[in-house]
Formats: sequence, C-alpha cells, structure tokens
Amino acid sequence: MTAETHPETVDRELTMSRAMVEAIADEMHENEEVFYMGEDVADYGGIFDSTQGLLDEFGHERIVDVPISETAYLGAAVGAAQEGMRPIAELMFVDFFGVAMDQIYNQMAKNTYMSGGAVNVPMVLTTAVGGGYNDAAQHSQTLYGTFAHLPGMKVVVPSTAYDAKGLMHNAIRDDDPVVYMFHKRLMGIGWMPAPDGPKTPVPETDYTIPFGSADVKREGSDVTVVTLGLHVHRALEAADSLAEEGVDVEVIDLRSLVPLDTDTVLESVRKTGRLVVVDEDYRSFGVTGEIIATAAEDALADLEAVERVAHPDVPIPYARPLENETIPDVEDIAAAVESVHR
Amino acid sequence: MTTISKEKLTGFYEDMVTARYYEERLQEEYLVGKQPAFDISAGPIPGELHLAAGHEASGIGVCHHLRDDDTVTAPHRPHHIAIAKDVDLDRMTAEIFGRETGLSSGKGGHMHLFDPEVNFACSGIIAQGCPPAVGAGMAAKKRGEDSVAVAFLGEGAISQGAFLESLNLASVRDLPVVFVIEDNDWAISMPKERVTAPLDGSRRADGFDMPGIRVDEDDVVDVYRAADEAIGRARDGNGPTLLELQVHRRMGHFMGDPETYRPEEDQELAKERDSIERLKEELRSHGVDEETMESIKTAAHERVDEAIEWAKEQPKPDPDAAYEDAFVNPPSGVTDTEPEFDLAGGED
Ligand SMILES: Cc1ncc(C[n+]2csc(CCOP(=O)(O)OP(=O)(O)O)c2C)c(N)n1
Repeated sequence: MTAETHPETVDRELTMSRAMVEAIADEMHENEEVFYMGEDVADYGGIFDSTQGLLDEFGHERIVDVPISETAYLGAAVGAAQEGMRPIAELMFVDFFGVAMDQIYNQMAKNTYMSGGAVNVPMVLTTAVGGGYNDAAQHSQTLYGTFAHLPGMKVVVPSTAYDAKGLMHNAIRDDDPVVYMFHKRLMGIGWMPAPDGPKTPVPETDYTIPFGSADVKREGSDVTVVTLGLHVHRALEAADSLAEEGVDVEVIDLRSLVPLDTDTVLESVRKTGRLVVVDEDYRSFGVTGEIIATAAEDALADLEAVERVAHPDVPIPYARPLENETIPDVEDIAAAVESVHR
Repeated sequence: MTTISKEKLTGFYEDMVTARYYEERLQEEYLVGKQPAFDISAGPIPGELHLAAGHEASGIGVCHHLRDDDTVTAPHRPHHIAIAKDVDLDRMTAEIFGRETGLSSGKGGHMHLFDPEVNFACSGIIAQGCPPAVGAGMAAKKRGEDSVAVAFLGEGAISQGAFLESLNLASVRDLPVVFVIEDNDWAISMPKERVTAPLDGSRRADGFDMPGIRVDEDDVVDVYRAADEAIGRARDGNGPTLLELQVHRRMGHFMGDPETYRPEEDQELAKERDSIERLKEELRSHGVDEETMESIKTAAHERVDEAIEWAKEQPKPDPDAAYEDAFVNPPSGVTDTEPEFDLAGGED
C-alpha cells in the first residue's frame, strides 16, 4: 500500500467507473477471497459500467450474475463474508434495497454487534444512486440518510475518479460492511453525460483514502458549503459563479457519511461562520439536518447563518419540469449561499 | 376446446397491431433529440423506456377475458397489457410524454401507469405487483364479488421473494388470482438458464399446490385458451393459477441497450417468431381477407397516431405541482391537493 499520491502529479485521467473497476480488479488479483456478484454484472459489465471488463479477466466464477433475488444474494454475501471471504455485492439501483432490507440492515449491519464482535462481515455493498434523468420515484433516489441512519454499516459516497479508486480500495480491505454509493451521473457512462468534474487524474498504483476524511474541494473564507456526490460538482459550479460576485465559497466533500469527518466541517464553519448544506436526498431527517446539528452542537458561537438545500419531502417526480423543480441545481445552491452571506 | 369466433380473432388482431404500432411510434418519438450520441435525459420522452414488441400475444390473450372491474398489475414493460386492459390510451400517452393530463399528472411515467377506471396499476420494482394483486383478489373474495386479479411479471422476476410469497398466500386463501409469467428468455443481459431453475417456470406452481400451465409458442389463440381455464377457475371461486407464456423480446431490454451480450441468431429468431404473423394465418383460415386486416390495421394506426399527437399538444405540468399528491389528506404544512379525478381507494 502506498500513501495517498497527490492527484495533480499524475497525467492519466480516468472516468469514475474506470477508477472504481481498477481498484476492484487490483484487489481481486491480490486476494482470491474477493469476488463480485450482482444482476447484469458479468456479460453486461454492470448497467452503470461498474464492472466493465472484469468478466474477461476473472470469468463467471468470480464475476457472478445472480437471479433477481436481492434478499438471497445480498444475504449470501453476508454469509460468505462471515466465512471470511470478501464479497462485493451490487444492488443495481439503491431504490431496490426495500426488497432485501432485512439482509442489509438486520444481518449485514448488525451481526457484528449482536455477536459481541465474535463474527464480522467484511463485505462491500455497491449501489447506484441519484436522479436527474427523469426515471421517477422508484429509480432516482439517493437514500444517503437512510443508510447512514441505520447503525452498523460504513457509508461512502465518492464524487471523483480519484476518490472512487482510493475509497474502493479502502472499502474492500475494511473488516466491516461498507455501503459504496456511486452516483450514476458521475460514472462517465456513454448514455448519461457527466459533468467534467468527476473525470480526474488517477494514479496507477494502489492507494487508499481513509473513511472519515472529508475533502476540501475548494477553499474559501465567506461561506462553507458541505455536500457529497453529484452535488459537489454543482456546488463547485455555484462557487465559481459566486466568486465573480466577490463571494468566496469553501466546498467540502464529505466522501463518507459513516464515519463522518466532523472536524473538517467544524473547522470550516469556525472560519466562515456561514453554513449551507446541500443534499440530493430528502430534506427531513437526513444529511442536512445532521450536519447542521453537528455545527450547532460544537460551533454555535461561530454560527451566523445556516441554510439547507435538499430534495423536498415528496417522491421524485417523472416529468422534466417537476424533477427540475425538486432536485437541487446550481442556482438553488447559489441562492442559498447568497441568502446566508447577506 | 372452446371455439373462438372470427370476431374474437379480429379483436385480438386489432389490439395486437395497436400495441405493436404504439411501440414503434414510441421508439421513434423517444429517439428524437437523443441522437446521434444517445443521451437518456434528452428529447420529448424522458427517462427509461422498456418496449414490449414481441410480448403482444400474452397481454392480449389474457386481458381479452377481463372486465373493467378485474384488476391487473403490470411490470416495467406495460404498454401491451395496458392497451389490452383498455387503459385510456390518450392519457397513458400523455403520461409517457410527462404531461399534465397524463394518467398520473406527469408524476409516474411509463413504468408507473395507474388507471383506476379499469383497475390497472404498475410498478418498476421486480415482482412487486404480485402482492397487490393478491390483495385485490382478497377484496373480491371478502366482498363476494366474482372479479379476478391478474399479476404479470417476467421470467426473470420469478425468483423474487414477493412472487413466491404471493403464490403461497393466494394458494392457502384460495384467492381469485392469476399469475402470468411472460417468458422472453432474458432478464436484461441474463439468459434464464444462467439464473433460473427449473427452466419451465410454470413448475413453480407445484410447490404451492396450484395448477401451473405453460404455453410454449407465442400464439394468442393458445394463450387465450389457457387463460380461459385460469381466469375461469379464479372467477368460479376455485383459486389461483400460474400461467407461463413464451413471448419474445424483439428489442433491447430498454431503449439504448446495446445488446452486445445477445447472440445475433437469438435476436433474429425473436423477430421471426412473430405472433402477429401467426394470427394473420389464423385469420386467413377463418376467411378474413387481406383487405379487412389492412383496414383494421389502418384504423389502429390512426388511433395511435392521434393519441400521440394529442399527448404532445398537452401542457407540461406546472413545477409547483411537484409538491402535490404525496398525500390525499396532507398534514399541515404540506401543500394541499385537490384530486382532479375520482379517487380509487378509500378517502377518509
Ligand atoms: C427488485 C428489482 N431488482 C432489479 C431491478 C432491475 N431490473 C429491471 S427489469 C429487470 C429484468 C427483468 O427481467 P424479466 O423479469 O425477465 O422481464 P423482462 O424485462 O424480460 O420483460 C431488472 C433486473 C428492478 N427493477 N427491481
């Protein structure tokens, strides 16, 4: 394992999906116990390119297509992990977790605790999240808050290719269950255009990014914007446009929700005094409330204004004007920043 | 064996050519603005689109036994079933185009078509239409009505817990439910031999003590006969049946699917085994001439074109409507909603 290489010193750029796959392939070469299972992960290469090319290298025994029976195969991953293997199991869209919820939140997440630490579950649950392409309420959620709320699983959300690789290495090596949530719009899939941001330089050597290390993606002194996933890029875009108006925005990418890097958030809030939290997930009982509560508990004296930008508490609608209304965009973020900066 | 009248057969033909042409027109409209590089989020029809060309014999053969008060739950590939169940074609099309006058006011889209007038509902989550169909069967039985419920699902969906649990519940309660498996051999890229045992899905019925019937060719007449038995049994109060119907997927799983996993011969075969051509043979043998078939087809195409034109002229929803409909009885602080159409369920 090498230490984190600074991405700017590398001239090879990868899409987020290529970076993810590279980490998986590396780990599979290193460790016979690692295997990947999910629907359409073999010949299709993953609907969102999450396993592109792996079948050719590892064959159907280690890149395993499974029946559409999430309870069975996610639960099977739990069982294999408890036997000491290191399965990676993919839930095609996070929205489908409901059909297998018990295996996820009672078995995968709690067996370590309930066994008093006698067994552990070193598996990775990968899953696609996010909207922005009009697929409606059963195929567009992020559910960050849901997974982070239920105890016992680590939850990571990369926003760039560089982070995706380092976080994946860390996820596979972790002895606890990790939920690895990748945003469809960041993957660099042919049929779903990504913003420029997620494609970054990625070192060929392996490296890990520790969980609980938020990344300051842009430094600034006036307002702190805390966010994750796709909205890191939207926040950066908003920050660029606000810079022209003389507002200096700091953008923090949480990168993992469990564990949560409260230090980086608090340090920034103490500096700027103004906090905006942006989340593609539902507004109530989620990431926005959590971050603001953290700031209120530990940096109340420095806090001058807060604002949250999130999906309103309704299911995600299908028609374009409706979805555009509900999913936060660059303008929504800019408006929130302006309102706390006043 | 039940004899099938010429009128019935021409009725099948009308619905089958309507469904097929509807898919062709949707395909055309869907690709507008998404070319040359396919971009799923561009163009007049948003989101994913799963076309059902090659599935017609199943939806039409089954639903021609149904009344408006019978319930149908459809999966993510619903158009042919909706057409056969007499779902309002105009409003369904407006929904697919994301318009205000769509069946769900633009909130649901093509995988979530709800038409309470004819008891039709959809879900995009695999096999999750099965339990609600069991519930509809339960309601009919409790009320002493002779309506039935039909749940459609793909052969890839039959390993899903919700399906298996539903078979059992329907069986132990002797409910008027028919489960219809549309076997097109593929679950996205996964051929059934890789993910399903046994290959004959109708054998799942054995484990739940209910009759299982499989129709090997996608022949609408065979389907109609098999469905007659299954739906008749349900309507007569003799419990559920599992019906597995061979169909074919003429297209990719969804629009934009490169189908690189699928052997070309298989794609060719799917197109050759055309249930519409088969039915035309049957019609000829009943003395229906080409002219009659042509005029039925022309009228069907006109109806489809009109629905699409109408839908495209419909207004787009007001962005503020996004906040309506989460509840029919909104808690304070939540935007109020006035249902524009009669509510299907209870309203207290
Ligand atoms: C619970 C759940 N898992 C996975 C999916 C993704 N998915 C949508 S369609 C599909 C394949 C369905 O195959 P089949 O049931 O055979 O129907 P077909 O598409 O062939 O008509 C899958 C895996 C989903 N919608 N819901």
